Amino acid sequence: MYDSYLIVGEEFKNIKHAGETTGFQIGMRLCYYRGIVLSLIDGIRLTVDGEEMPQEAMTITVGGRNFPFAELENQPVAKWEFGEVGILTIHKPGGLTPGEHTVNLREHLKISYVPMGFSGVDTKVLQLAA
Amino acid sequence: MTKTQSIKRGVSLYSFQEEYFHRKMTLADILAACSKLDIRGIEIIGDQMIPRYPDISEEFFKAWHGWMDQYELTPVCLDMFLDWNKYKGRVMTFDERVESVTRDIINANRLGCTVIRVIHDVEPDLLEKLAPVAEKYQVALALEVHAPSDLDSPLEQRLIQLFDRLQTPYLGFTIDLGIYCKRLPRVVTQRYLREGMAPALAQWLTDAYDNQQLSHAEDEAPGKESLAEMVLKRGGREWDIYLAYMGTHMIYSNPRRLLDFMPHIKHFHGKFYEMLPDCTEYSIPYAEIIPVLQEGGFSGYINSEYEGNRWIHDAFEVDSAEQLRRHHALLKNLLGEA
Repeated sequence: MYDSYLIVGEEFKNIKHAGETTGFQIGMRLCYYRGIVLSLIDGIRLTVDGEEMPQEAMTITVGGRNFPFAELENQPVAKWEFGEVGILTIHKPGGLTPGEHTVNLREHLKISYVPMGFSGVDTKVLQLAA
Repeated sequence: MTKTQSIKRGVSLYSFQEEYFHRKMTLADILAACSKLDIRGIEIIGDQMIPRYPDISEEFFKAWHGWMDQYELTPVCLDMFLDWNKYKGRVMTFDERVESVTRDIINANRLGCTVIRVIHDVEPDLLEKLAPVAEKYQVALALEVHAPSDLDSPLEQRLIQLFDRLQTPYLGFTIDLGIYCKRLPRVVTQRYLREGMAPALAQWLTDAYDNQQLSHAEDEAPGKESLAEMVLKRGGREWDIYLAYMGTHMIYSNPRRLLDFMPHIKHFHGKFYEMLPDCTEYSIPYAEIIPVLQEGGFSGYINSEYEGNRWIHDAFEVDSAEQLRRHHALLKNLLGEA
């Protein structure tokens, strides 16, 4: 029931490398009451203004380390701590246009003692600075 | 010493998760708050408030024991999980499970805890294998009986057979008082309405819970109407199904059944959802439950577990310390403490 805390808007911005805008990022928290190892993350889905971002374009930064989405399932030790703001970076040449965007984030965690796992969904209207 | 005085009061730091999650309070702040509230017994979820658990740093152990001394607190219980599904494409082997829980036992011992809250998906054969380890480190492994299971559920009955056979004080149960939830917490119903559930459906769920007519995910069988079907039939949305499962997960079992198994009961989670200004709990009848513990001669800890936080934090500022103050006023009153 942490839904409304999943998206951390303060971290929403375009990312630049060598003068080129290569994508954008948002901050995100776990929809759960404890920290977990990354392999328990079953799904992260992000849409911006209704457009779904491909998981191949996602990199998650937690504990100071970067993990491409496909790498999460191979991480039974690295942890995302309870309440830690992780960064979700989306590789998207050109990034997003400055201004208002509706961001929708869904998380699903594989939690062994709960058949359904834990899920969370958050939607926020955010401003992207120019 | 009377039986009344031998029951001890404590708190699971789970109760402060809202403040910790938002970094409004550090672990040290929370422990100071417990001390100020005169709640001396401490329970911690390793994965929640100990960085990099189970790899606890020496620095953390040192700080932990420093806080215990400084704030005059007693470590009581460590809550563990067994993430047997964390390896890609396979489940943990038996030996890996033994290793994982052994690590928890050693961690509990080094934290000064005498009980481990064992998560519900640990099998009896694993506990049997670990009993000598628990004894060596003097930490009782207490599997949590949590709604929708109770002492008469299949796993619990298998465990009782094991406990009767082994006769060791190092295996037993933690009882979550959420299994004695007589009516649906009001904080749940109010949240349902804020989430846009039709008032008639919210009322129906409340009445069905209070009359013990709701189906739980665990006992849904082919041919039996599921909670999802019940919700859909009454015009519920997909989101209402999720809300219904999340919010009606408690049960109302008979507290007197505890008396049949008292030697196996090591620990209690004093679950609560909403402490009212008059220091009673809205949904769990503590005045019916605590006398049963006294009658049975229970001499361990009842550790508060505040779970209303997650039902109100969308609309209200959570004040965990005030909820705990009221909860301990209730416990003190029922335990006959001055």
